[in-house]
Amino acid sequence: MMDSPRTAVSNPPVQPMETNLTPRDLVRRSATAELPPPERQLTPVAKLIDVSKCIGCKACQSACVEWNDTHPEIEENVGVYDNPHDLTENMFTLMRFTEWINPENDNLEWLIRKDGCMHCADPGCLKACPAPGAIVQYSNGIVDFIHENCIGCGYCVKGCPFNIPRISKVDHRAYKCTLCSDRVAVGQGPACAKACPTQAIVFGTKEDMKSHAEERITDLKSRGYENAGLYDPPGVGGTHVMYVLHHADKPHIYANLPDDPKISGIVQAWKGVTKYVGLAAMGVAAAGAVLHGIFGKANKVQPEDEENAEKLVDAAEGRKEDA
Amino acid sequence: MTNAWTDIKNTDLVVVMGGNAAEAHPCGFKWVTEAKAHRGAKLIVVDPRYTRTASVSDYYAPIRQGTDIAFLNGVMKYCIDNGKVQWEYMKAFTNASYIVKDGFAYKDGLFTGYDPEKRDYDKSSWDYVLGEDGFVTTDPTLAHPRCVWNLLKDHLAPYTPEMVERICGTPKEKFLKVAEMISECSTPTKTMTSMYALGWTQHSSGSQNIRAMAMLQLILGNIGVRGGGMNALRGHSNIQGLTDLGLMSHLLTGYLTMPSEKDETFETYMSTRLFKPLRPGQTSYWQNYKKFMVSFQKAMWGDFARADNDWAFNYLSKLDVPSYDVLRMFELMYDGKVNGYICQGFNPILAFPNRDKNTKALSNLKWLVTMDPLETETARFWENHGDFNPVDTAAIQTEVFQLPTTCFAEEEGSLTNSGRWLQWHWAGGTPPGEAKHDTWIIAQIFLRLRDLYRKEGGAFPDPVVNLSWDYADPNEPTPEELAKEINGRALTDLMDPADPTKMLVPAGKQVLNFSQLRDDGSTMSGCWIYSGCFNEQGNNMARRDNHDPDETGAYLGWTFAWPLNRRTLYNRASCDLQGKAWDPTRKIIEWDGTKWSGYDVPDIAPNAKPEDVGPFIMNQEGTARLFTRGLMRDGPFPAHMEPFESPVANVFNPKMRGNPVARVFQTDAAQLGQSDEFPYAATSYRLTEHFHFWTKHNRVNAALQPEFFVEISEELASEKGIEKGGWVRVWSKRGSVKAKALVTKRIRPLICDGKTVHVVGIPLHWGFTGAAKKGFGPNSLVPFVGDANIETPESKAFLVNIEPTTPPQEGIA
Amino acid sequence: MNVDLSRRSFLKLAGAGVAATSLGAMGFGEAEAAEAAHVRPFKLTTTTETRNTCPYCSVACGIIIYSKGDLRKGETADIVHIEGDVDHPTNRGTLCPKGAALKDFVKSPTRLQYPMHRKPGADKFERISWDEALDGIARRMKDDRDANFVAANAKGIAVNRWSTVGMLAASATTNETAWATFKFAKSLGMVGFDNQARV
Repeated sequence: MMDSPRTAVSNPPVQPMETNLTPRDLVRRSATAELPPPERQLTPVAKLIDVSKCIGCKACQSACVEWNDTHPEIEENVGVYDNPHDLTENMFTLMRFTEWINPENDNLEWLIRKDGCMHCADPGCLKACPAPGAIVQYSNGIVDFIHENCIGCGYCVKGCPFNIPRISKVDHRAYKCTLCSDRVAVGQGPACAKACPTQAIVFGTKEDMKSHAEERITDLKSRGYENAGLYDPPGVGGTHVMYVLHHADKPHIYANLPDDPKISGIVQAWKGVTKYVGLAAMGVAAAGAVLHGIFGKANKVQPEDEENAEKLVDAAEGRKEDA
Repeated sequence: MTNAWTDIKNTDLVVVMGGNAAEAHPCGFKWVTEAKAHRGAKLIVVDPRYTRTASVSDYYAPIRQGTDIAFLNGVMKYCIDNGKVQWEYMKAFTNASYIVKDGFAYKDGLFTGYDPEKRDYDKSSWDYVLGEDGFVTTDPTLAHPRCVWNLLKDHLAPYTPEMVERICGTPKEKFLKVAEMISECSTPTKTMTSMYALGWTQHSSGSQNIRAMAMLQLILGNIGVRGGGMNALRGHSNIQGLTDLGLMSHLLTGYLTMPSEKDETFETYMSTRLFKPLRPGQTSYWQNYKKFMVSFQKAMWGDFARADNDWAFNYLSKLDVPSYDVLRMFELMYDGKVNGYICQGFNPILAFPNRDKNTKALSNLKWLVTMDPLETETARFWENHGDFNPVDTAAIQTEVFQLPTTCFAEEEGSLTNSGRWLQWHWAGGTPPGEAKHDTWIIAQIFLRLRDLYRKEGGAFPDPVVNLSWDYADPNEPTPEELAKEINGRALTDLMDPADPTKMLVPAGKQVLNFSQLRDDGSTMSGCWIYSGCFNEQGNNMARRDNHDPDETGAYLGWTFAWPLNRRTLYNRASCDLQGKAWDPTRKIIEWDGTKWSGYDVPDIAPNAKPEDVGPFIMNQEGTARLFTRGLMRDGPFPAHMEPFESPVANVFNPKMRGNPVARVFQTDAAQLGQSDEFPYAATSYRLTEHFHFWTKHNRVNAALQPEFFVEISEELASEKGIEKGGWVRVWSKRGSVKAKALVTKRIRPLICDGKTVHVVGIPLHWGFTGAAKKGFGPNSLVPFVGDANIETPESKAFLVNIEPTTPPQEGIA
Repeated sequence: MNVDLSRRSFLKLAGAGVAATSLGAMGFGEAEAAEAAHVRPFKLTTTTETRNTCPYCSVACGIIIYSKGDLRKGETADIVHIEGDVDHPTNRGTLCPKGAALKDFVKSPTRLQYPMHRKPGADKFERISWDEALDGIARRMKDDRDANFVAANAKGIAVNRWSTVGMLAASATTNETAWATFKFAKSLGMVGFDNQARV
C-alpha cells in the first residue's frame, strides 16, 4: 500500500499511478450519517508554514494557481502588498502582510502569513455542510470539497473558524485549498510546498512536521524570540496546516489569525442528523437547484436564508415521509 | 559571483546591502535561510527600505541611497581601529605593504591630479614605487608611512560613526551594531558573504561601492573561502554569459578588450596587454593573452587570420571613445547620428534612463528592428496610449520590423548563471505561429548581407565575407556546433611542448581546455574562459551528476563552471601561507607538499608552492589590491561621492556634484534637478512578483502584483495629504508619472546632515503592453548619467517631487 | 425520489463526466473512475518531461517542462505544466512566483507569432513574411554600412567603425546564440553593440 507522502521535495510522476485517496479512505463525509469506517488508516500528513522563514514572495500563490488551473482576477492596487486582496474561488492561498511595531523594542516587524485552509482535524466547514458528500475528510487529515456535490449554500464559510471557503460567482460552488489532494494521492506534496523558495512551507507526516517545528522554535528562541511556538490549535482538534510563529503568544498579530479558533456555536447547534437525512432524501440534484436559487446570488448566509433552509429541510423531511 | 549559490550555506554572516536577494533572487536566497537554519548564521540588511529580505533578517539598518561608500569605509575603519583584521591574510594576500609614490594624496573630496575641464584625473601619481629590478618596493612591517596600509588608514580616518550617521542617515548605534557584527568575521574560522546587485551598480560611483566591500572582505580574509566572497547577483538568466562572451562595445570574448585607435598595430595592442608580474615569481595570468587572442581571431576568421596579416587584427574595429555604451548610443541617436537599431530581447524604452529622451531618440531612427518573444513597449514606442505613451504617432517616421522569437522553452543551449555555471537546457515546446530561434534570424540576416557583399561589393567587405561560418546548415547553426566553436579545437596536430614526440591533440579535435591554446595559429577558440565546456569528453555543460562529497556545496559534476570547472574563485586564498586551510572545517583545497588538491579545482598552478605564488593570479601583483593604482577612473581608494541628484551636499566638498569624473552629456547636465525643486530622494527597484517587463504579460504574475505604485513613509504621506491607495504624481526634472500610493512603515524619513530626507520607492515592472494594468517605469524620471567606470545609469538615487493627483487617462492625449 | 442514489448516477447528475473520461484515458475502469473522481485526476500522467532552466534571474533554477507530445519524436509539443526540478543543486525543486508561473509566460496572449512591419507614420503593425522582413533588414543594413562606414582615421590607420547602426543583445539568449550574434555584429564593425549588463 502506498501510504502518505513524507515530503514535497520530489518530482511528479508522469507514468499512470493509482490514486491513493478514495472514498474508502474517508473518515468524515458531510451530511452523511452512517459512513463505513475506513479499511485502512493513512498516516496523517501536515503542511508546516514557518512564518519566520517566509519571504512573502508569493511563489505559493503562483504555484497554487498553476497547479489548480485557477484564474484569479487582475485587480487594482489599493495600497497594499496583498494581491489578490482576499482569498477567492480562484485564489486558494494568500500572503497576508502586516507591518507590526514590536512594543518591547519599538522595532518594525513585517509579519507575512500564508493564509488558506488549515485542514482542521475537527472541520467546521464539513460539520456545517448540509450537502451529502460535498465536504469530505480523509484518514490522512485532508479536508476536501467535492464540487459536484456542492450546493453553494455557503454554510461552510459560516462553519469555518478561519473564514476560508469562497463561493464561485460562476458555478456557485465552494472552493478552497485541497492540500493538493490530487498530488498527495500519488505520493506528491502540495504545489506550494514544492515551490516555496526558502522552504518556509514544508510538508510531510504530521509527526515529522511537529518535530521539524521544534527545531525551528529552538533556533528562533536562540535569536531572541522567546515566545516562538507552534500553532496547532486544539479548539479545532489540531490542524493539518500548522504555523511556526515567532510570537506564538499572540497569533492575532498575524493578520488576525484566531488566537483560539473554535467551530461556531450556531453551527454546532443548528445541525442534526435529521437534516442530513432530509437533504439526502430529496436528492442532490433537486436540492442543488433549489438551494442555488436561494443562495446563488448572495455568497454569505443571511439570517433569512437560514430560515429558508430550515423550511426547505422541513419540507424535504416531509417529502421523505411521503416517499 | 566569486562563489556559488550553493556555497552560501557555508557562511556565518550574510550582508545584503546594495541588493534585495529575497525578492530578486528568491531561490538563491534559499541558501541564506539554509545557513541561518543549520549554521546559526546571521543576516544583516542595510537598505533605504525595510525589504522582504529585511523581514527575515537578524539586523536591519536604514541608509540613504547612494551613500554606501561612506558606510563601508566606516566599517573598514571600525575593523582596523578595533584590531578586527585577519592580519596574516591581509599582509600576505593584499598589496597593503606596497609603497606608493609621493605625489599621491586626497583632499577636499578629490584625489591628486583632478582636471575640472576634462572632468578627469591625471593618474600618474596613483602608482607604486618600483625598485631597480622593476618590482614594487614593499615594507612587510607596514611601518612605512607611504605603504598602502597606512595611506588607507589615513583615507578612512574621517569615516567615524558620527560621520556615517551624518552622511548616510543611519543612526550611530545601528551602524555600530552592524560594524560590530561584521568585524567578528575577521577570525580565520568565521566568514561573511556579501550579496549585492543593482543597488550598488546603478550609481555614478557604483564600481567604487563594490570595491569598498571587496576591500572590507580582503581585510577580514573572506575572499576565496567557503561561505565568503563578493557575490554579484546578476539580474538576467544569461547576462553573465553575454558579458563573458563580450557582447559589449568595449570587449571581445573572455574579457579580451577591443582595440582603441592607439593600438595602431597588433604589436602595440599586445604590448599594452601582456602584463608582466610586478612582484617576483608571480603568475600574472594575462601573460597568456596572445594565445587567447590569436585563437579568438582564428575562431572568427579561420584561414583569413594568419601570422602574415597579424591574425586579421585589422578586421576588428578600433574605438575612438572608451566605449559606445548604450547611453552614448542613445545620445548619438538623440542627436540624429544613428539610423538603424536592432533590439534583441531588450526593451530600452522602459529600461534606459530618461524615457522622454529615449522616445525622441528612437523617433530619430530611420528603422528599428525588434526581436522578442513578447510585445514590448519599444516595438510600439510610436503607439499612442494616452498618458501612458503620449506620442504623436503620425509624426514618428521610424520604420519598425517586429520579429517574433522563440523563448527558453522552445530552444536548446546553455545559460551562464551568476555563479559562472554554464547549464545546458533542452527544448520542450513547439514555438507559436512563425516564431523563430534567434540564431536562425541572425544567420538569415548575416547570409543575406554576405550575399549582398559578394554580389555588390561595398565598404570593407572582407571581415563579413570571410567570417568563419562553416556550419552543416549555414541557415541555422546548431547549439552544439556553436558550443564546440566556443570551446575551441586544434587546427593542426598539437604536440606536447615538453615532449615533441607526444601528440596532445590531433588536428580537428576539441582542445581539452584553454591550457592547450597556442599563439601560433594552430588552435582556435571562440572564448578562452569557456574552453573546456565542450571538449572530446563531450558536452560538459549537460552534465547532471549532483553528488557533493562531504556536502561542501561545490557540485563539480554538475554542468560546467568557468574557468576550468572552478567553483570558488581565488580558492588558494582559503589556505594560509603554508597551504593549510584557514578553517579546517571549511577546507576547499590544500597543499600536500607537492601539489594542490581538494574539493574544488585549485585556482593556482597545481604545483605552485604556497609560499612562492600569490592567490590572485590574474593580477600582476599576485595579491589583491587595496590600492588600485590608476585602474579605476575615480580613484585608487573608494571615497564618498554624492549622487548627481542629492538632497544634501557632499560634506567633503559642497561644490562637488556627483562623481567628479563621470561623463555627463551637455543636454543631460541641463536636466539635472535641484533639491529645492525636487526635495525627495527616489530609488527604483524590482518586486519579487515580477521579472522586469516580461511577467506583466503573464496573467498569474499580473494578478499577484497588478498595478504600478510608489512607496512612501507615513510621515511623507501625511505631510503631502496622500492617502493609501490614492493616486499620486511623481515627477523629476525629466518626466512625470502617475502611480498608486503605498503608504508604509517600512520607509522612514532619515536625518542626513541635519536635514530630514524622505525616500520615495519606485518599482519598475509596468508599461503599456501585457496583462497587468497600464503603468509607467521609473526610467521616466531617472537621470541620463552613468557610473564613471562602466556607464551604468544612476537609477538608484535621484530626486523627485510628489503630490496627490487624479487617475491617468488611457485615451489619446 | 430514491434514497439509495447510486454513486454512478449521482456523478452523472452532478455532471462529473469530464473527470470520468480523463480517468478512463488513464486506464481506470468506469467503476474505479467513479470512486477515484474524489480527487482530481493527476494532470501530468502520460506527459513528456524536458529539463530546462528558468529564463529569469541568474540563479538559473532547474525546471521540468511537461508537455503533451514529444519534440524528440518529431511531434508537436504543447506545454501543459512547468515545475521545479528537485535534482537541481541550487533550487532543489523550488521556484519563485515568476518561475512557478512560467507556463503562463510561454502561453502569454501577447506572445508574438508573426513578423510585423510598421510603415513610417503608420498607427498600426501589418503582417509581413519572413523573407520580406529579412530582405528588407539586410538591404537597409548594407546600404547604411556602405554609406557610413569609417574605414580609416585621419592618420590613415584602419579603424573599421560602423556607428550609425547599433544593436542591443538579449540577456536571456543562450551562449550559443550570443556567440553567433557576436560574430555577426563584430564582423560588421558595429561598435554600438552592447547588452543589458551595464544597465
